[in-house]
Amino acid sequence: MSDDTTTVGSAPPVSRRELVQRLCGLGATALATALGAGASVTAPPARAAVPEGGLPAKRQFRYGMVIDTRRCVGCRACVVACKAENKTPPGVSYTVVVEEAVANRFDDKPIFMTKPCFHCENPPCVDVCPVSATFKRERDGIVVIDYDRCIGCRYCITGCPYGARYFDFGENYAPITAGTPYAQVPSPEYGQFRIRADGSPVGNVRKCTFCLHLQDAEGRYSKAAGRWPACAKTCTGHAIFFGDFNDPESEVSRLVRERQPIRLKEELGTQPNVHYLL
Amino acid sequence: MNASGLKRLFWIAGVVLFGAGLIGWYDRLASGHLNANYGSLVPWGLWVAAYIYFIGLSAGSFLISSLVYVFNMKRFERIGRLAVFTAVVTLFLALMSIWADLGHMGRAWEVLIYANFKSPMAWMIWLYSTYLVLLVVELWFLLRADLVAGFGLPGFKGAAYRLLSLGSRDRSAGAAARDRRVVRILATIGVPVAIMFHGGVGALFGVVAARPHWHSGLFPILFLLSALVSGGALLTVIAAIFQDGWRQNRDTVLALGQMVLGLLLLDVLFQISEMLVVTYGGIPGHIQGLKLVIGGPFWWVFWGWQLALGTLIPIWLLAGPTRKDPRWVSLAGLLIAVGFLGVRLNIVIPGLAAEEIHGLSRAFASARMTTHYVPSLSEWLVTLGIVGLGLLLFGIGERLLPEETGARPAAPVSGDGHGGGVPLAAEEASHVRA
Repeated sequence: MSDDTTTVGSAPPVSRRELVQRLCGLGATALATALGAGASVTAPPARAAVPEGGLPAKRQFRYGMVIDTRRCVGCRACVVACKAENKTPPGVSYTVVVEEAVANRFDDKPIFMTKPCFHCENPPCVDVCPVSATFKRERDGIVVIDYDRCIGCRYCITGCPYGARYFDFGENYAPITAGTPYAQVPSPEYGQFRIRADGSPVGNVRKCTFCLHLQDAEGRYSKAAGRWPACAKTCTGHAIFFGDFNDPESEVSRLVRERQPIRLKEELGTQPNVHYLL
Repeated sequence: MNASGLKRLFWIAGVVLFGAGLIGWYDRLASGHLNANYGSLVPWGLWVAAYIYFIGLSAGSFLISSLVYVFNMKRFERIGRLAVFTAVVTLFLALMSIWADLGHMGRAWEVLIYANFKSPMAWMIWLYSTYLVLLVVELWFLLRADLVAGFGLPGFKGAAYRLLSLGSRDRSAGAAARDRRVVRILATIGVPVAIMFHGGVGALFGVVAARPHWHSGLFPILFLLSALVSGGALLTVIAAIFQDGWRQNRDTVLALGQMVLGLLLLDVLFQISEMLVVTYGGIPGHIQGLKLVIGGPFWWVFWGWQLALGTLIPIWLLAGPTRKDPRWVSLAGLLIAVGFLGVRLNIVIPGLAAEEIHGLSRAFASARMTTHYVPSLSEWLVTLGIVGLGLLLFGIGERLLPEETGARPAAPVSGDGHGGGVPLAAEEASHVRA
């Protein structure tokens, strides 16, 4: 259905281009009309972020998102849902909502953009890690961090062009500092159920995992069963679509095929797996 | 001020800074990164700047020592061993700085075991480990004959010499010739290693396409040049203070001054080239970093610290009539050595202090999500402590290790006969002697 791409909003061409440029922060941005091909970056499997028995070497899934900024009302429910799901501390937020006032738009409302990790096909953060603590998983392409391997040098934070990585400084919200029962609630991240005390992930870099702890043993999510990334599950305006780009019938594949999505900073060749509709 | 007065100042500064550093290190070890001011937008701060500063001093000093041991330039012979020793000490300080910066200090060893050779950081780590081993071995061969000769010294110094000589007893001329040969080979291998590892530090920044301010092919070269300038400048200061100071080392200090001037001018040329190309290109991401450097909230780091203190005044001192006075030349060296910390800060911070996605710093309320980074007191104390440790190590080394005998007739290995164990007391003796 790739010819069915004509009607995209009512804004005149000039403001549309300007909008794209403003949103992307840097000048040139290409429209992605199709998914770019890109080999997954292989890294030696580190210990803890891989389930028992390791993962099959062959790439099965290509998980990603399509985010429709026209549906986003800027409620930030995704930010809250992510925090509730992953129990992230202050200063760490796996998804954020940035807003951008755009001139010459059909109304004076800003553009809201929710921004998780893009789980790039060519993740620059992975290449720079001196100890291979962060890597792209073979089976589903999700970029993860091995908390037991990461030395906390923060090179990956400098390497990510999208600001998707956060350092855990060891700060806590007041109820946790006060030692209320909240302090004993573990984070389900990576299925490891760590209780954040003195050790990791304090002193590590942390990032969005597409809530991979909600996958079943085969690596599949289920929207019906509620095993779905928390931000997409909770989004009030249904702006966040999640799915497998390797499945041509998935909602995200269809959206990318039938609409005109963009990806941020295409010129860097990172091939993000999160697409935006404007 | 005479040389022993400078030495006294040196010791006082060392003790005071080291003491202040203990507070900072206690805080770092007790509360981790809580009291550091960097965050997730500016993830690297003063400690990384200090790291590239010290490691630049090390590479620079080493490369200048190679003028003696590889290229056989007699003019610098008097500071050859001092330069290698400086390279060892400053490399140690660099490693301390970056160690404090790690989120998990206990995992520092992993960088050697699990090295990912796609990462410039892993390359850098392997290269400077090689360089460290090479430096220490070279220094040992440089000192061996004097260590063996000093066996009979009383007290702590003699014991230290017996320990440091690692059982070597050979005082023959043949052994000395072998030492020189080994040093020459090691120094020759060291030159490409030092160029690669410090170029590698520059590449570590240069490869990051996500940070346009760093992403330039000039970066590794600029790092090397800055290393030579700051290392040479530091050596002029050291040569003016130690080994009976600027009176004895007059010619060496002046020659170093001229070399540093040439390198500094070359460095300025490269920096201007980088700035011109970036400005003319006008790509917003690229000029943003430059704008921050020259007109951001820390404009004075560039105009005052880097440009006036670290560049223009030293050029004036080194090119004007003052170039013939070792005191002015070593003052210029001091200004450059201090000024280049500003250069390093201006590399690390403005490269990071730009939002990668517009609006990130306002996306949620957290002190960790700001582009406005100012090092915290704790960060300063740790860094000052490392500087103090460097001064103390240097002072102890200078007292303990054999003096350079090259250009001075019949200088005894141990001039004052004191043990090196109580540096301040020994300093008194040396003061009286002077």
